[in-house]
Amino acid sequence: MSASIGRSLVLLSLLFASAGAVAAFAAFLKKRADLTTLAIRAAYGFAGFMILANLWMVQALLRNDFSISYVAQVGSIDLPVWVKVVSLWSSLEGSILFWGGVLALYVAVATRSLTEAHGWARPAAIGVWLACATFFGFLIAGPAQPFGTMVDVPADGPGPNPLLQNHLLMAIHPPFLYGGYVGMTIPFGLALAALMTGRLSPTLLGTIRTSLLAPWSFLTAAVVLGGWWAYEVLGWGGYWAWDPVENASLLPWLTATAALHSAILTERRGVLKGWTMSMVIASFLLTILGTFMTRSGIFNSVHSFTQSAIGPTILVFLGFATLASVLLLGFRVDLLQPDGELERGASRDTAFLAQNMLFVLFTFTVLIGTVFPLIVEATRNVQMSVGRPYFDRMTVPIGALLLFVMGVGPALPWGASTSAELKRRLLPPLGLASGFLVLALGVGIRSPWTLITLFLAGYAAHVTLFEAFRPARTRLKIRNDGFVKAFSQDLFGPGLRRLSAYVAHAGAVTAFIAIAVSSTGSKSVERTLAEGETMTFGRYTLTLEGIENLEEPHRTSLIARIGVKKGDTVLEPLRPMMNQYRSQRESIGTPAVRTGLIEDLYLSTMNIDTNSRTVGLLVMINPLVSWLWIATVIMTAGGLLALFSSKRAGRVVEPARDLQAEVAR
Amino acid sequence: MSLNDGRKRVALALGACAFAGTLLYFVVGGIGNNLVYYWGPTEVLAAGPKAHGASIRLGGLVEAGSIKKGEGSNLSFSVTDGKKSLSVRCSSVPPQMFREGIGVVVEGTVATDGVFESHRLMVSHGNEYRAPDDPASVDLKKLMGSASELPEQDKK
Repeated sequence: MSASIGRSLVLLSLLFASAGAVAAFAAFLKKRADLTTLAIRAAYGFAGFMILANLWMVQALLRNDFSISYVAQVGSIDLPVWVKVVSLWSSLEGSILFWGGVLALYVAVATRSLTEAHGWARPAAIGVWLACATFFGFLIAGPAQPFGTMVDVPADGPGPNPLLQNHLLMAIHPPFLYGGYVGMTIPFGLALAALMTGRLSPTLLGTIRTSLLAPWSFLTAAVVLGGWWAYEVLGWGGYWAWDPVENASLLPWLTATAALHSAILTERRGVLKGWTMSMVIASFLLTILGTFMTRSGIFNSVHSFTQSAIGPTILVFLGFATLASVLLLGFRVDLLQPDGELERGASRDTAFLAQNMLFVLFTFTVLIGTVFPLIVEATRNVQMSVGRPYFDRMTVPIGALLLFVMGVGPALPWGASTSAELKRRLLPPLGLASGFLVLALGVGIRSPWTLITLFLAGYAAHVTLFEAFRPARTRLKIRNDGFVKAFSQDLFGPGLRRLSAYVAHAGAVTAFIAIAVSSTGSKSVERTLAEGETMTFGRYTLTLEGIENLEEPHRTSLIARIGVKKGDTVLEPLRPMMNQYRSQRESIGTPAVRTGLIEDLYLSTMNIDTNSRTVGLLVMINPLVSWLWIATVIMTAGGLLALFSSKRAGRVVEPARDLQAEVAR
Repeated sequence: MSLNDGRKRVALALGACAFAGTLLYFVVGGIGNNLVYYWGPTEVLAAGPKAHGASIRLGGLVEAGSIKKGEGSNLSFSVTDGKKSLSVRCSSVPPQMFREGIGVVVEGTVATDGVFESHRLMVSHGNEYRAPDDPASVDLKKLMGSASELPEQDKK
């Protein structure tokens, strides 16, 4: 009964999605406003029923309703409530249902934001969104049906994959990732609509930019949250390993970042329309490729659940979406004529172009390294992987160039300028750059790429801060405004959009520093300690004080209590542990991390032997890792501020914008 | 930017080709030098001297009675796929589940004395893979997959 209610909700939403898609495309082709209205209603219908289906699954999980196949597969009576809710996306069928739910929210909000001003791009975009919704509705109703009926209702279930219940971050990372992945559907639909109508109006471009900002912000947070989760749970001491699954989350982020930047050129100069659309489309296609890689079981990781039948289905969808995009781009992109020209020479225009080239290069490098083993396995049936050195060697120089562009670009003026002007703008940041370099050499950093990165980061940091507060300083000088008024005006006025970009850049610069230093400056040692035994590592003295036992309803844990002394100061003891989950064969470790602004002390148990009272311990000192988390908060805040500013931009009168542009120069 | 000028178009196309060519050269070279092979003992032995120095993930079962603990965290054991077996020297602390008969994946390379030298030892993880009773039926692909949820580590 319970299962069939769920199935009905899914079928109803599928019905609305497919009927709405047909109505929307018919409205676009026949130019009929009444069909547009119908399509809009169908979009809300799809959204409503899909969200209800998700809520239905959540209540079933909470009530331990094992008559539903998915609950029987991942549920368990003994689980804490948060794990029960999180179970919604802890396995294949539920994760696709959750995808549908997130898509429903996005489609509802995006449909509401479209107006008459969007013209026939409105039904065209809704048509694309609902076509995607139809596909996912079909997946949920068919190959990945979570609402199967259990003939023999079990008394209890096994609970989700223990790695997923091992840390609270698992409750946070997937919603962010889905917020990013699924959200790319919206700009994709708008970009295809621009190609179908053959016109990219400023209104449509503005909507595309706004609709990119939301998933971009989510994806920024999600990529790093995934790394954070790996750091806090997997216990190997790092946060990024160029694992195919990690790459899958990074790829659309790269192209979306490129799109956000080239959209600025399109907006300002009326150029690169086709290019911007291509970047938006690529971001969506890469999310589907990522879903294929993680959901089809071709890579084994915590993210891929079982060998499943939905892999080929997703691949067909990917092929179809790619074909449609390529055909539309090929036949219609010439209609998107440029309205202006790009400035040559040392101008900000050139920097934007360079930024886009580098991001595409980055995407290409990571994509090839990720897909290569798949191609080899498919053609020659040889199993292999592309090692980490490939990714490091290829991406580190590209990253350094990007940091260079992020420093020099915003310092350059829009349009042509004199060499005296260039000198005045480009030379001062060298001061902070040299400062960073000297500081790095002072603390003993010798790795050449880290030194280069820190030098460029100093340059970019100067430019970012200088440019972020340029309008405020101008106001202070010209208008004699009070200090607070001059600086707060950007937050509450039209200058927010400009400011938000520099907030995101400040986060990016911080991330560059954190990644460069933590990836080259970490130290580690492996040691087996007996009870009472002491070891020293760096400035830390570690003692195995004892082995504790902890019984919880869903797991039994062995805990190594490690006394920590830094120099002569006694710190809180750390408790890395080994967890044995019910109905699981093997135990899973949870590392213990002492997070600090300068360095993390990272302890991970490889084994805990209760007979000989010994613990195999991995000890690491990781510098500046916490700054990567801080950087991500700053970057995401930048994205959200930009989103907020573009929502508000509708209310800003045009002359005010022009004044702002003047001040900005 | 008006691209109507045919010569400009050709120049642009040539430039793009040159750029793409250089890129491809670096990417292919970079990948070629950094491949990690997923092999069982049979494949490693068949590769002979070619395996010396190559990055290999060796998968198989820990042979019964072959585990010898040395000083510190040094460890040696044999990995078998039911047909051939290969001795492994390992410098890392073994994981909790490590024991005879369990599926393992060790990362490293073949030393000149023919022993597999490993800096990293992983036990097959996840519920998918269970060590079979009959060692001749080791599914290498599944085994590799079940251990790969722990990412590769830097070689230090």
